[in-house]
Amino acid sequence: MLILFYLFATISVICALGVLFMKNPFHCALMLVGTFFCLGGIYVMLNAEFVAVIQVLVYAGAIMVLFLFVLMLLSTNEPSQVAVKWDVGKMLAVVVTLGIFTQVASVFSDGSMMLGEKGAYPLEKIEEIGSITLIGQLLFTEYVLPFEIISILLLVAVIGAVVIAKRRFN
Amino acid sequence: MIPLTHILILSALLFSIGVLGVMLRRNVIVIFMSIELMLNAVNLSFIGFARSLDSMTGVVFIFFIIVVAAAEAVVGLSIILAIYRTRKSLNIDDFNLLRW
Repeated sequence: MLILFYLFATISVICALGVLFMKNPFHCALMLVGTFFCLGGIYVMLNAEFVAVIQVLVYAGAIMVLFLFVLMLLSTNEPSQVAVKWDVGKMLAVVVTLGIFTQVASVFSDGSMMLGEKGAYPLEKIEEIGSITLIGQLLFTEYVLPFEIISILLLVAVIGAVVIAKRRFN
Repeated sequence: MIPLTHILILSALLFSIGVLGVMLRRNVIVIFMSIELMLNAVNLSFIGFARSLDSMTGVVFIFFIIVVAAAEAVVGLSIILAIYRTRKSLNIDDFNLLRW
């Protein structure tokens, strides 16, 4: 189990670095799909099957296809230059990001994040009821207002995308 | 059982790579992909906490985060399309029409 986690983690980090350093945006997109698949595998190991399915269907499927469509639509015939042009500002960005990472990792690794009240859904209960049933119940009882708001957000996004991307004729 | 610390470290690593992608790359679509990567890193930490604290709230929140990410991708890509029509470029340095 743990070995599988490390395998997925390693592949996902390698693919994320590929997104960072690949020259061609198409290759970046494919690397990102690899990261999403590995994260889906980790979600399955953490007993969140529904999220894993959504991850693969919505993220690796729908959103990445959208990215690839836009990339093909806008394919510029620029010569493929280097992925990152290094200068002083970029070096500074790397240093700052390393600082952020060490800060966050030191907070995460000292174990104080484990404190907190235990919730009402231990693993046995999730396996007894089923995680998808539980998520459905929660969505339509406790979280019904955010659920409705998110549907309005989707409607706004669809209309907004059509209005913004529409070709204007004078 | 996967230790929570390892999940959180992986999440922090992916988030840092996403931040680096936003700051280092100049292609606007790759920057967008890096933002998606950061959202995924946060999702991973949500799941880790939900599992270790025996809660379902994190899982429900991921549902919302994925929907918001989809909406964000749709609107953002259509803005990129609209800017590309006038600027004919995908380089973020050419998108300076709001700069003063």
